[in-house]
Amino acid sequence: MTTTAAAYVGSTMDRVEGLEKVTGQARYAFEHSPRDLAYAVPVPAAVARGEVRSIDVDAVVQLPGVIAAIWHGNAPRLSTPENAELAVLQSSRVAYRGQYIAIVVAETLQEAREAAQRLRVEYDAEPHDVELRVDHPEMYRPDHVNPNYPTDTELGDPDAAFAAAPVVVDAMYSTPAEHNNPMEPQATVAVWDGDGLTLYDSNQGASAVRDTLAPLFGLPPENIRVISPHVGGGFGSKAAPKPSVVAAALAAKQVGRPVKLAVTRQQMFAVTGYRTPTIQRVRLGADTDGRLTAIMHEAFEQSSRIHEFAEQTTTPTRMMYAAPNRRTTHRLVRLDVPTPSYMRAPGEAPGMFALESAMDELAVACKIDPVELRIRNDPAADPESGLPFSSRNLVACLREGARRFGWADRDPAPGVRRRGRWLIGTGVASSTYPTYRVASQATARCEPDGTFTVRIAASDIGTGARTALTQIAADELRTSPDRVRVGIGDSAMPSAMVAGGSMGTASWGTAVVRACQELMEELDRRAGEVPATGLETSADTSEEIGAQRRFARHAFGAQFAEVAVDADTGETRVLRLLGGFAAGRIINPKTARSQFIGGMTMGLSMALMEESLMDDEFGDYLNHDFAQYHIAACADVRDVDAFWVEEDDPHLNPMGSKGIGEIGIVGTAAAVANAVYHATGVRIRDLPIRLDKLVR
Amino acid sequence: MRPFDYRRADDARSAVAALDERPDAMYLGGGTNLVDLMRLGVASPELLVDVTRISSSAIEESRDGGLLIGAGVRNSDLTSDPLVRLRHPMLVQAVLAGASGQIRNMATVGGNLLQRTRCSYFQDVSKPCNKRLPGSGCPAREGDHRNLAIMGYSGSCVATHPSDMAVALAALGAIVHVEGRRGPRTVPMPGLHRLPGDEPDRDTVLEPGDLITAVEVPALSFATRSHYRKVRDRASFAFAVVSVAVALDVADGVVRDCRIALGGVAHVPWRAELAEEALRGSPATATEFTRAAEEELAQARPLRDNGFKVPLARNVLVRTLIDLAEAS
Repeated sequence: MTTTAAAYVGSTMDRVEGLEKVTGQARYAFEHSPRDLAYAVPVPAAVARGEVRSIDVDAVVQLPGVIAAIWHGNAPRLSTPENAELAVLQSSRVAYRGQYIAIVVAETLQEAREAAQRLRVEYDAEPHDVELRVDHPEMYRPDHVNPNYPTDTELGDPDAAFAAAPVVVDAMYSTPAEHNNPMEPQATVAVWDGDGLTLYDSNQGASAVRDTLAPLFGLPPENIRVISPHVGGGFGSKAAPKPSVVAAALAAKQVGRPVKLAVTRQQMFAVTGYRTPTIQRVRLGADTDGRLTAIMHEAFEQSSRIHEFAEQTTTPTRMMYAAPNRRTTHRLVRLDVPTPSYMRAPGEAPGMFALESAMDELAVACKIDPVELRIRNDPAADPESGLPFSSRNLVACLREGARRFGWADRDPAPGVRRRGRWLIGTGVASSTYPTYRVASQATARCEPDGTFTVRIAASDIGTGARTALTQIAADELRTSPDRVRVGIGDSAMPSAMVAGGSMGTASWGTAVVRACQELMEELDRRAGEVPATGLETSADTSEEIGAQRRFARHAFGAQFAEVAVDADTGETRVLRLLGGFAAGRIINPKTARSQFIGGMTMGLSMALMEESLMDDEFGDYLNHDFAQYHIAACADVRDVDAFWVEEDDPHLNPMGSKGIGEIGIVGTAAAVANAVYHATGVRIRDLPIRLDKLVR
Repeated sequence: MRPFDYRRADDARSAVAALDERPDAMYLGGGTNLVDLMRLGVASPELLVDVTRISSSAIEESRDGGLLIGAGVRNSDLTSDPLVRLRHPMLVQAVLAGASGQIRNMATVGGNLLQRTRCSYFQDVSKPCNKRLPGSGCPAREGDHRNLAIMGYSGSCVATHPSDMAVALAALGAIVHVEGRRGPRTVPMPGLHRLPGDEPDRDTVLEPGDLITAVEVPALSFATRSHYRKVRDRASFAFAVVSVAVALDVADGVVRDCRIALGGVAHVPWRAELAEEALRGSPATATEFTRAAEEELAQARPLRDNGFKVPLARNVLVRTLIDLAEAS
């Protein structure tokens, strides 16, 4: 057996599945085609609220190739799910426009699409309400916010402190609904074999899909196998099962054949979740030297009628800056809209846009450099819980970022720098994201030939998770990565938490390390002798994670942006973006950099372009394709760079790592908005910052 | 997508005859817009007559110095043609400002002129639209119209024409050559497209079966000093919020002649005749440019959410005129 002292964690490594991906050998969900396959196309509701009165299924089943038209009148019964979005075709009620009300199954995709388009549906429509507003009479205080944070917090007397403060900021901010648009939309191939169900599915967690669908179909979990070796992105939209996977399984059950179902890009705007629009009020009170005395942050958001998703918008404000008096609140209104869900850095991304814009406004009001203002308010311990930070290097990110960005010579005056027809400005914002891990299981196995296999139902949605786990395992097994095969993306493997909340690598990595350590100990006991049948160990991290000491664990960062705004047209272009991050030990610099700059690119897109437009009359998101829903394209992303401050934090996990998937987006939109203010003197508090808000 | 028949036309006459026989038929050029519309269920022809083999892909110089651009010329070939680049920079800039390299490789000049609006309601068959289904209504008027018309619209339609190329061609006074049921004829460019009135389903004055065979760009010596500026919501891959095509002839600080068209503001590429008239003989100054732009835009009647297009169009037009004047 080869042993090596090389530390693969912390060193650059190419993706282990890179060749498979670039040569097209990696198979994604839709590319699985079992024999006797049929195609399913869901039919979306054409009203935003009401009842399906009748569906003329008889007419479409006559059409060429059509095998079945399934609706609530003939669909297989499902158990009542926790999330009513998954009760596909179980009732005649329509909760939002675009909700699946029927599924057509046909021999070919074209036939299924055509039949679905021709399906005649009659509704008893009811008046709908789809507009989020602060004074909505049905605005209420949810019991908790995602995933399980207190809805409101309060410390000291923020109203009195705010009233007494010599410098104040009191501003309303808003962010629009935004839709996750991974390259690979949700897709499922469902195959029933008696009571056994196999799903080739695009998701962020095979175990979670299995555990959600099993009770729905009245099956023991072991009767369901979810296979998802390669996933073309998710950003949160595949973190929890969506109606499409249920629809595929249900359709396959109904027709007794394997069924393939892919969500179209247009349909993604109704049935795969989105970031709730937010309206936020931030009040900051400070001394004339910029030291905060009061912080108040209120968020107003929406959810659907059928399921509550309350985004944790103000949670970063609870730990970001020191101030003795503070309050954060969340209010929610249930509208006739699709259910919002996770989208890269739910809560933190829109919440930090408001807080970090307000901090910039405070810096202007106090005539203090915005970098210095943030440093001045850096707390020694978590301001609300009082817990010590396991590590907190925001100040290092701000200082080193300022140095690399060339911040020192910045003239604070707004609207005065011109380069040709362009107004130039720079802006900064802080970023943060919580560092958690969730219990997972893994097995490690060695063969007599000295090769190893690690198995865990983790998910690689394009982040490089498979590669990072290979590095982690290689170090623990004291071997080189080419001798380690990491199996992921299959619910038949040991259960793992989803790829979400920037927790994947920390959670899975802990289980992988423990399984590998067990194996090495076992090998040591056997003096390196591997039985002919191989040797396998397993680990479950529930106890370890349950017993960990309490710390405030967060990753931090600072974003710097330089923008140019066309003086005639208001067109805004981001010339430079620099992010500095303190996120524990970086496991793979190459994939980590991609995560950081990818998140920042998404933040740029959030700042300038992304907006799902609710059509009040019809009650749906109108701009449901890439021609209308603008995402930053190549020409918009000029110079994006990231660096990191390595941390040695012993209170995290065996790797000493923090999650990096989401922190890149947090703060970026505010940095861009602050730069636009610096360039133009115009403060835009409502995203996206499109030219219509700047043209004069 | 509905099943359809496909036929490759052998010559223009037989293509026209094919459409004459089958009112459910449509011509297929590059397919970059039509195929999308078929996928969306917006267009559902039962026969496609492929005209790519019969449409001329030549760019020829006429005796008077004009250019005859075959309807089958691919957008990317148009932009790399040395004569077009030399004589009509704004036409090249307009085409390059549109779509992506891949789409420009497919799209044809004839098809580009016949692009249909990208109004969201037009493209969504689950919603009413007078352009798609006459008499069904226009939800854009009260709904999302940020990117729709500020001029020349009617109560039944507020859509805009999406082409960039057509804006430059309108400014250049291009003449469209058409093969129709009664033989060949020509249609001058501002006049090919029509304002919506109460027949918004008709984008152009073309009759059923009419096939565009070529676009003639008349000689215009000062078009060598021309510019197309497109303002959009991101740096690429977006339809114009507002665009301008300007050719300017300045001598001794006075505007001798000019050609101006606006995109993104109306149901047609908008030839700015009032501004042109105001500028001819005027000093080439920012003040005069602004006055001319405002005179043109005085006709604007913006909708609830697109009032910003008025100052935007003014600013872009004035800036483009200033840039051209300074360059000359």
